[in-house]
Amino acid sequence: MLTKRIIPCLDIKNGRTVKGVNFVNLIDAGDPVALAKQYAEVGADELVFLDISATLEGRKTMLEMVLKVAAQVNIPFTVGGGISTVEDVDALLHCGADKVSINSSAIKRPILINELSQKFGSQCVVVAIDAKQIDGKWVVHLAGGTIPTELELFDWAKEVEQRGAGEILFTSMDNDGTKEGFANEALAKLSALVNIPIIASGGAGSVQHFIDTFIKGKSDAALAASVFHFGEIPIPTLKQELKNNTIEVRL
Amino acid sequence: MKLVILNYGVGNIKSIQFAFDRLGVTAVLSSDAEEIKAADKIIFPGVGEASSAMKKLKEAGLEDVITKLNQPVLGICLGMQLMCRKLEEGNTNGLGIFDVAVKRFSTSVKVPQMGWNTITNLKSKLFKDISDKEYMYLVHSYYVEENKNTIATTDYELPYASAIQKDNFYGVQFHPEKSGQLGERILQNFLNL
Repeated sequence: MLTKRIIPCLDIKNGRTVKGVNFVNLIDAGDPVALAKQYAEVGADELVFLDISATLEGRKTMLEMVLKVAAQVNIPFTVGGGISTVEDVDALLHCGADKVSINSSAIKRPILINELSQKFGSQCVVVAIDAKQIDGKWVVHLAGGTIPTELELFDWAKEVEQRGAGEILFTSMDNDGTKEGFANEALAKLSALVNIPIIASGGAGSVQHFIDTFIKGKSDAALAASVFHFGEIPIPTLKQELKNNTIEVRL
Repeated sequence: MKLVILNYGVGNIKSIQFAFDRLGVTAVLSSDAEEIKAADKIIFPGVGEASSAMKKLKEAGLEDVITKLNQPVLGICLGMQLMCRKLEEGNTNGLGIFDVAVKRFSTSVKVPQMGWNTITNLKSKLFKDISDKEYMYLVHSYYVEENKNTIATTDYELPYASAIQKDNFYGVQFHPEKSGQLGERILQNFLNL
């Protein structure tokens, strides 16, 4: 049976991991390659690297990092942040990234999704959607969640699927950073609405939250950052608990 | 050991090359018929859309070169599918090395299948030291039907052939280069054939 996936997310600035990372046995916690290798060894199913560099120089460093990760890490990884053209994606895939994640650029120019899926295949196109509830409506935001758009989550999700996205990474801004659980109601609705995998993001704080998002939220994968980076939830423990709750995982 | 990865303009070639680097073997990228024929082992990669990949394979003049090879060839993902007879995607005629059709998963499951799934009923030296029901990483919307050349089976919507073998031709639907240590073990087994 296809398993549910556990995906640590690493924020990268100028080729280094940011956000506190507190990993045992890791000499340089700022080194994304060392961290990625460690995550692969403890059973992470995939990794996401989010480039938060604001400069062109930072972007170039990102390509070098992708090359190093691809050379040393034997599980799939996605790269996101600042990707807006077919050329950007070509360069990342050429350096060994398995998938790319696009967000604001897809909102500004939705046909980018078609272009990417036609040129590289749907399997490597992840569309990330940041949304929060405003007056009972899930409003899609861009630029890292700072600017509200006219788009509604479920309409946009349907559209990105039709345009050829291979996967949706949905971050609930209402849940993100709260450690109170994922937005399972919206996730379950998304999962019923589209026929591509959904990655849940935002709100992970306990093992039970992961169990809930897979059972109640019908999520195909769950992404988190701090609970993994600070060792609050060790991945082997998490996966064993998921298995104990009859959720299919790779152990 | 001369290992060649077919270079015809598609595929996640870098990841495959890196995986062999980790095993201590340098893989050469090539679209040159003579260099390919002279190799000890050949990797046939592929991701993306089937009809355009087949078109690129023909443009590179590799269609006949591949079918006539006698040394071990490993098709990965779309590379495996292109060795089959008929692909539903883009109504594509494959190389026909395997007399089997490649079909699309129905909408009763999420498409693409993306993630880790088990391989079972393992029947080849390719799977030496690999236990039944180990997990491999898969990303695909089309599958090879179960057939007489099946050497591994995976279940998603239905049991399908996640690996096939006929004579010197091997195909795997999963990505051994992305399937952790066990995936690397399979690549090593291929090198040891």
